[in-house]
Amino acid sequence: MKRVLLALGLPVVLVALWWVTSAGSTSFFWPPLSAIVEAFPQTWTADPILHDVLPSLARLTLGYGIALFAGVALGTAVGSSPTLRALFEPVLEFFRALPPPVLIPVIALFAGYTGWTAKVITIALGCLWPILLNTVEGVRSVDEVLRDTARSYRLGGLATLHHVVLRASSPRIATGARQALSIGVILMVISELFGANRGLGASIVQFQRGFAIPQMWTGIILLGLIGVALSGLFRLIEHRTLAWYRGLRQAERGA
Amino acid sequence: MTVILDVNGLAKTYTGHGRSVEAVRDLTFQIRKGELVCIVGPSGAGKTTLLRCISGLLDTSGGRISLDGTAVTGPPAGMAVVFQEYGRSLFPWLTVRQNIELPLKEKGLGRSERAAKIDAALEAVGLRDSADAHPWQLSGGMQQRVAIARAVAYEPSVLLMDEPFAAVDAQTRADLEDLVRRLWHQLGVTVLFVTHDIDESVYLGQRVLVLSNRPTVILEDVPVDLPDERDQLGTRSSAAFTEIRTHVYELVQKAKQGHRPGGR
Repeated sequence: MKRVLLALGLPVVLVALWWVTSAGSTSFFWPPLSAIVEAFPQTWTADPILHDVLPSLARLTLGYGIALFAGVALGTAVGSSPTLRALFEPVLEFFRALPPPVLIPVIALFAGYTGWTAKVITIALGCLWPILLNTVEGVRSVDEVLRDTARSYRLGGLATLHHVVLRASSPRIATGARQALSIGVILMVISELFGANRGLGASIVQFQRGFAIPQMWTGIILLGLIGVALSGLFRLIEHRTLAWYRGLRQAERGA
Repeated sequence: MTVILDVNGLAKTYTGHGRSVEAVRDLTFQIRKGELVCIVGPSGAGKTTLLRCISGLLDTSGGRISLDGTAVTGPPAGMAVVFQEYGRSLFPWLTVRQNIELPLKEKGLGRSERAAKIDAALEAVGLRDSADAHPWQLSGGMQQRVAIARAVAYEPSVLLMDEPFAAVDAQTRADLEDLVRRLWHQLGVTVLFVTHDIDESVYLGQRVLVLSNRPTVILEDVPVDLPDERDQLGTRSSAAFTEIRTHVYELVQKAKQGHRPGGR
């Protein structure tokens, strides 16, 4: 109960503050919150949800999924082999330093401005690096004694990968995946700013260009709510799969 | 009695970074089926190197190790190792039961067979009530019991123990020593127990192999002529125990000063 109050306390205060300070506003760019709230259900009806919001989320899911799979697979390979690591590390550092939005025009040259391909590639590429680099680090720091134990009990390659290497690196992989999620949401929007006419990000820009300011604000609020929902979902999954890690950390601190 | 573990002329030299370190020079000893043998030596005598070579985790530079007549080139099927760092050797994401089960699954045992072996092993180490706990919820001594249960359930022909009780407190240690003796009696498993603790080696073993300092050779193979029934108070205060202990102690002191048998 107390936790719920704490979690909701600040948002409620902020919304109330926004409501009160914007109540009598006559500024065109800063409409009263009441007007925004009023515009919300009219703006986000079935059609835009079906044709803008859901496709955006589907692209995010697809791109993020590709990044998660490729990042963990590649990261495990690189983390397990010193040779691969020596080979890949400078290249990885180079690509990591490039802000993904910079790549959008380049990707568009190959995959086209409209359509899903370029957008999904943009999201996947942006999400890949934090997952990849964290997986490399996680796999590299698997405890030697644990590896020896797996070897002395003659666990096969697949069993070692599944039961030992990936499980031991899962806290680091989760860290990368969490960073990637926020990057993914940003790229979901940015990828639609160039030459797209549908999608959540594209809608917000079109409202802004058409001076539909309250509608623009509803889009921004919707985006924020999606972000909160996604991070909530992520924490739920993390909470369940990494329960052992929290317990271990607590036990180590207590000892 | 048949020889189950045969170590012949084992040598290990570490090379790398342009220099080489000779850790083990020439180790030869046999362990017969059903024996409990302790290896004791001064710190830095290459005890862990020796054990890692025997368990197939480390390549040797020379000599021959065979288990049950088969040369050891990688971790052999008939061997289980209990490591000193119990906290790092148990899988923290698995429960106690799952930790014991994983190697059995890998061996291809069926579900009911696995369950029976796990229950028996947990019963033997006195941890029946902790089967569904995670290792980090248990005390250090209990964690090492889990590692022992995992090794015992694997049913190895030789059980290797690498200073398994070096990191637990003295009282827990005494309990665990008695546990090892009891399991050895009950299960008839062959045990090779590496330790730096002289009293522990004499208390536990039927024989004590004393190592020299680096590069390691065997200084002496000391038979432990104590009654088979041992207990912490009676055995440790007996005259025979003190005599053997003194002898091993002197050997270890000599080893520290660089004494080597036959000038090797």
